[in-house]
Amino acid sequence: MTSPALQLSEVRKSFGRTSIINGVNLAIATGERHAIIGPNGAGKSTLFNLISGRFPVSAGRIELNGEDITGLEPHLINRKGLARSFQITNIFPRLSVYENLRCAVLWSLGYKYSFWHRIGALREVRDRADEIVERIGMKVRRDRPAGVLTYAEQRALEIGVTIAGGADVILLDEPTAGMSRSETGEAVELIRNVTVGKTLVMVEHDMSVVFDLADRISVLVYGEVIASGAPKEILGNKAVQEAYLGTEQH
Amino acid sequence: MNALASRRIIFWAAALLFFALLPLVFSQGFALSMLSQMGIAIIFALSYNMLLGQTGLLSFGHAVYFGLGAFFCAHALNLVGAGKFWFPVTLMPLVGGFAGMFFGLVLGFVTTRRAGTPFAMISLGIAEMVAASALMFTGFFGGEGGIATDRTVGGKILGISYGPQIQVYYLIAGWCLLSIIGMFAITQTPLGRMANAVRDNPERAKFIGYNPTRVRWLMMTLAGFFAGVGGGLAAINYEIVTAETLGVMASGNVVLMAFIGGIGHFWGPIIGAVLVTLLQSALSNYTQAWLLYFGLFFLVIIMFSPGGIANLVTLHKPVWQARRFKRLVPAYSLSGAAGLVMLLAFFALIEMIYHFEAREAASKAFSFFGVMLDPAQTTFWIGTLVMFAAGMAMFYATTRVVKRAWNELTAELQIKGAV
Repeated sequence: MTSPALQLSEVRKSFGRTSIINGVNLAIATGERHAIIGPNGAGKSTLFNLISGRFPVSAGRIELNGEDITGLEPHLINRKGLARSFQITNIFPRLSVYENLRCAVLWSLGYKYSFWHRIGALREVRDRADEIVERIGMKVRRDRPAGVLTYAEQRALEIGVTIAGGADVILLDEPTAGMSRSETGEAVELIRNVTVGKTLVMVEHDMSVVFDLADRISVLVYGEVIASGAPKEILGNKAVQEAYLGTEQH
Repeated sequence: MNALASRRIIFWAAALLFFALLPLVFSQGFALSMLSQMGIAIIFALSYNMLLGQTGLLSFGHAVYFGLGAFFCAHALNLVGAGKFWFPVTLMPLVGGFAGMFFGLVLGFVTTRRAGTPFAMISLGIAEMVAASALMFTGFFGGEGGIATDRTVGGKILGISYGPQIQVYYLIAGWCLLSIIGMFAITQTPLGRMANAVRDNPERAKFIGYNPTRVRWLMMTLAGFFAGVGGGLAAINYEIVTAETLGVMASGNVVLMAFIGGIGHFWGPIIGAVLVTLLQSALSNYTQAWLLYFGLFFLVIIMFSPGGIANLVTLHKPVWQARRFKRLVPAYSLSGAAGLVMLLAFFALIEMIYHFEAREAASKAFSFFGVMLDPAQTTFWIGTLVMFAAGMAMFYATTRVVKRAWNELTAELQIKGAV
């Protein structure tokens, strides 16, 4: 029996006396596209911060491909094959698009902290970075500093930086937030395309994106998963309708 | 790729030739010792910029690594002199380098856990601590008198004894060139690039597999090495190392060099090191108020060109490449002339105040660029004040001419770029 790509057992997080995550149990199978939805303040981003090691958990256990990653530093979790994007664009503003992606592929190709390789001469690094530049459709922007890109371009780069290291579990935090209709459509295509064969977990508010991409959906309300299942099951779920969809869909 | 590689080789060869031929032009003793100082300052300033410009670490204690490198090198020279062991003087800067690297490793372990303001404060604390230790542990640091040494202990090898300054100059020039190449090469490696990434966004670096603390620590260790090489050369050059070498003043000085030259460019600190050394050793021969001028110069640079002199140069690069620099010449010369009037009057005022305050002698008159000024007479004060006011008004007026010329030119270049 293979273990799930990601398994959360009784995960809790509180900041001081405020309890944000109240015992989340979640199992995400390898290759699954899983969306986490829920009203504002339900703790979705916090949950991502716990999984990716940005915040330490207060209690519980998180496993990545069967391996305990609870309490590990973010860079160690990343090296085990989990990468994430951020809700608020989080890139290297003074580096060019290409350099952003080149930095993002370095560790996975084994160059670590090397100061004895000339980076320009590393063909595989160059090829891989250029491949991602193309996949995220930024060839004409390749040598622009990331800080001067448009919002939608920065969001695409954010996804590029996330997938560049070749992680097999990808966490995307509201990848289409703040985008126009057409931009959202392009972003969905991009996400579908770059996560082929990977496990995808995403937090998303846009229901059309969720139903477009996700195989399974979990609904997080007040730090608890109140339902988990295929999109159709979630749509038919009474508790979900009351707690969430009912108030959002007019 | 091949064209780039060969261009690089040509560039470094030209640099080598430049360093080799420089003493033929500046052959006097004063010029030669100043060139030696510049070489040391260049290494020091570039190593500092590995932290500030490349890793985003504002250190107020970089002279610690320079100074400790100098002390270790001085002791090594003295041990060779005492016949304890043999080591060629030519390679002695390596002793300084490894000492600087060792302390970069040890102290960096503590300091690089934090970035930003905490790092700056911790680095200042460590600088103070090491400077205080230097006065306490007189056995190693020599107390107030410092440690004297002798660079000729190696005897004559292939005709090189390091007695004459010209030989020391070539030693410094050689190490300077090697250090520049080494530090430039580091910017072109995975670590060098990740240092930039950590500078920009340490949080994100964690989520692409890198530990930002480790990146900073490694950069600190490497910067310590090059600072130590510079310190070792200083020990050889001056044949004395005192607590001042690693003091807070020296640490502050390298911050000024880096900022004046420009921290955003690899070459910036070289410009800064050359200019600051020039100002410090040349200006101090002419006026007692040199520190004031130096401070003002720094202020003007920070206010009007925060990117330093290197940024001014790169700003003009596209203009130069489009062969349109001619367009700026009239505006620049007009503004330059007005600025010169303003500056001369300003200098005259400062010097008059200085002489008025300082001298108790019968005549306070002094020569200012060949003109006798007498601060005891009111007419001279009125004259220079009028000249200063007129110069300032003219300069202000001409800045608009410069601005217009610049805006027209950039608009023109943008159109050209778009087509």
